[in-house]
Amino acid sequence: MYRIIEARNLAANIYQMIVEAPRVAKKCMPGQFLIVRTGPDSERIALTICDYDREKGTITIVFQTVGASTEVMSKLKTGDSFHDVVGPLGRPSELIDEPADELKKKNILFVAGGVGTAPVYPQVKWLHEQGVAADVIVGAKTKDILILEDEMKAVAGNLYVTTDDGSYGRSGMVTKVIEDLVGEGKKYDVCIAIGPMIMMKFVAKLTKELNIPTIVSMNPIMVDGTGMCGACRIIVGGEVKFACVDGPEFDGHLVDFDGAMKRSQMYKTEEGKKLLELQEGDTHHGGCGNCN
Amino acid sequence: MEVDVLKRIPVREQEPKTRATNFDEVCLGYNAEEAQCEASRCINCKNAQCIKGCPVAINIPGFIEQVKNGDFKKAYEIISQSSALPAVCGRVCPQETQCEGKCIRGIKGDPISIGKLERFVADWASENGIKPVSDAPKKGKKVAVIGSGPAGLTCAGDLARMGYDVTIFEALHEAGGVLVYGIPEFRLPKEKVVKKEIENVKSLGVKIETNVIIGKSVTIDELVSEEGYDAVFIGSGAGLPKFMGIPGETASGVFSANEYLTRSNLMKAYDPASPTPIKIGKKVAVVGGGNVAMDAARTALRLGSEVHIVYRRSEEELPARVEEVHHAKEEGVIFDLLTNPVEILTDENGWVNGIKCIRMELGEPDESGRRRPVEVAGSEFVIDVDTVIMSLGTSPNPLIASTTDGLDVNKRGCIIATEEQGATSKDGVYAGGDAVTGAATVILAMGAGKTAAQGIDEYLQGKA
Repeated sequence: MYRIIEARNLAANIYQMIVEAPRVAKKCMPGQFLIVRTGPDSERIALTICDYDREKGTITIVFQTVGASTEVMSKLKTGDSFHDVVGPLGRPSELIDEPADELKKKNILFVAGGVGTAPVYPQVKWLHEQGVAADVIVGAKTKDILILEDEMKAVAGNLYVTTDDGSYGRSGMVTKVIEDLVGEGKKYDVCIAIGPMIMMKFVAKLTKELNIPTIVSMNPIMVDGTGMCGACRIIVGGEVKFACVDGPEFDGHLVDFDGAMKRSQMYKTEEGKKLLELQEGDTHHGGCGNCN
Repeated sequence: MEVDVLKRIPVREQEPKTRATNFDEVCLGYNAEEAQCEASRCINCKNAQCIKGCPVAINIPGFIEQVKNGDFKKAYEIISQSSALPAVCGRVCPQETQCEGKCIRGIKGDPISIGKLERFVADWASENGIKPVSDAPKKGKKVAVIGSGPAGLTCAGDLARMGYDVTIFEALHEAGGVLVYGIPEFRLPKEKVVKKEIENVKSLGVKIETNVIIGKSVTIDELVSEEGYDAVFIGSGAGLPKFMGIPGETASGVFSANEYLTRSNLMKAYDPASPTPIKIGKKVAVVGGGNVAMDAARTALRLGSEVHIVYRRSEEELPARVEEVHHAKEEGVIFDLLTNPVEILTDENGWVNGIKCIRMELGEPDESGRRRPVEVAGSEFVIDVDTVIMSLGTSPNPLIASTTDGLDVNKRGCIIATEEQGATSKDGVYAGGDAVTGAATVILAMGAGKTAAQGIDEYLQGKA
């Protein structure tokens, strides 16, 4: 079993958990993900690793409730356990292959959207440990769901926070901040954007115009996460790639976001039904005639 | 019960119409009387050909004789000397091309139903709480087995019987490999058969650690240098699903057979109460003609879909076992043979709404010896489906090979291992099963696991 050392509600529907998983903690690198299950019959849920402590043998995950399985997960408390934690999965960020001297010469921009701030954090932290200061834009819909601001501030070169509704920091989408920064004369050699697919799509579109090479982290539907089922396939540069073994990070200028977004809708109906069942409990009656 | 020596005792099955709507086992197996009658047909050949046909060389006439005598316990002991998974093999081995294919009775009449007898003996032992035992003295050496599928379980079981301290590392959350994620409940019950066989392997002293991905969580070199393993067996299985490379394959509603079967079998999505969803199409096309295609087709049928098998050659070339094809037909799977997909059609939301195919005809034999299918020009047509399941085989997962120095693979990416011992290019590392051969059968993987166990024993004896 994988004990939860600390469970915390970060913002409205966003939770952070520090979990004992010594094998994962020992080997994981920024950019990789893991899969958790809450119980013996539960769904496999893929989550990006937000932080790790090799000595304590713990990993940190951050997730947003989006369906029945994450809803169940959000109810777990400090001292509870996950039934399964497996990883690290996927390939680490390409940045970690570059020598620190090379990285120091580069102007690196991270763009984090919503809960995507969590997977951006370990990359910025890793660079900070190598003595590399990266600029970070964090975007959230509104102030209440902004996460990890202090943590990010401690490791980022410059941190730019923006909210869609202007309730905190700058006002507007992350793309506007990129335009503003470039307008102010900032030059970037590489951009790493992680967040909702729609955000990554528009960041990639903009950085293509601005000629900034861009890496995105894809989180498509997955089952096993080890390269066995092929559910996570996406089109990158006209070729079919498996996010779990070839990714999750890809060249943002080559990813077919529209196809990936359509595919990610595949189980929306089923997920919605499961969530209703869970929320309504014994009173659940969908009126569909197909329920048990 | 009357016995005609030329005819097999028929085995009871669920009625096709009934079973097409449930996930219970299709074949109900022999009872003791039926088994004894069937066993009485065996002529106990001196030079038994059936044993030569068995990849793990079970003493077949030996165990059948005990069934005939009614000593089922003894029969079980004879089988378990050679096989760690008799309840599985009795159900999923292609006996018709192995032991039963060589049976002398088969020359004039029906061969002995060796598979059904093996299944009977294994089920009887399980119902009566009989487990395999190991009383070999401990050797004080540790062996790591990667993968808990048929190759890994067999290798681990054999090594434990020899007195080695064996740990199996499994990437998924549950042990069993293809036996739990691939082969459906109605062919191989999970609780009643697979779990019990795994428990039997554990009762020999084998430890199983789930959720460990070798190559990611820990490498083979680390298992040896940091965790003290003296030898390693790789039975990591087949790997990444293949697709055709036709337009529309990433559309919503297109699955690999691996994904479809994993959702239904491992994640139990066939049960509406399961948190893991599966798409139940109204009309489903399964592309391919192997056993996995039949499993996917019969699963979709049970979930309530109309199912078409789309296969580019003719019925004669179907790679699936005759019994599987027969069962699928009985249950109502429609076979669109000599038909090859050229494009998956989608609606404005990216959902499958048809599969465009072309008619094929058979030409000259190709390198596989089968007649090569050739397109009939201008014969394109559309099958109206909302779900497509691609069952075209797999290519090896590069994870282990790419993280293990000195482990050679062939040009297809399969691990190279010697046939006699399962030895790889790396000292102390052995391999077998689909990771070596590419997708094959449960029993061939078991045979390779067995061979490697002997190879590992010789290697470690030599080092002692």
